Amino acid sequence: MRLTADPIDLEPLMKAALRPDRGGLAIFVGTVRDHHAGRTVRELEYSAYHPMAEAKLADIVAEAESRWSVTVVLRHRLGLLAIGETAVAVVVAGGHRDEAFAACRYVIEELKRRVPIWKRERYTDGSEAWVDPTAPGGVASMGTAGSVE
Amino acid sequence: MTSVSVLLFARYADLLGASRVDVPVGDAGTIDMIVRYLRGLPGGAALPERPFVVVNQEQVDPDYRLRVGDEVALLPPMAGG
Repeated sequence: MRLTADPIDLEPLMKAALRPDRGGLAIFVGTVRDHHAGRTVRELEYSAYHPMAEAKLADIVAEAESRWSVTVVLRHRLGLLAIGETAVAVVVAGGHRDEAFAACRYVIEELKRRVPIWKRERYTDGSEAWVDPTAPGGVASMGTAGSVE
Repeated sequence: MTSVSVLLFARYADLLGASRVDVPVGDAGTIDMIVRYLRGLPGGAALPERPFVVVNQEQVDPDYRLRVGDEVALLPPMAGG
């Protein structure tokens, strides 16, 4: 399972990706930023359409592993995260750096585009918002029942 | 088919105050009928007219005709990573 409620530890992921014939390791780690769209973030909460997200992550890993000669190990955190915690880690081991970098980039970009995961930011002023990369300002208007856009 | 259970996530679940809504669609119901029904519920007016909808985890068009056992879900813009 690539979605996890537990903190992400990079070391075991690197060990899982490495093989004797894989000399290049490319790693992308996404952590929780303390600001977004001009507001100070206190913490954030990730949720997912669990079975679909797992299936899409498996698809993306398989695509990368068939396109390049690489091994991909990936974890995405769910639940409540504090500033600085690791939200996502993509570890790619390849024979050489070019394919490792290319596959790592592919996996994180496709993850952001296709995997049904959502994040709700809680700000230091007590307000909250759903992150919406398609909305002006990057957040959706607040989703409380009965609200009107 | 008399009703279909629709999964809602993130902001859409907040808007309707539920993560699952049973929608009465009758036989040969379509995705468009489901969306129009949800938009008529309290809080539902803020849902997009054409949200991203998946059936059995695959994207479908508004005119997709539902079959017994389909799992329908409305997905807000994704924000992983």
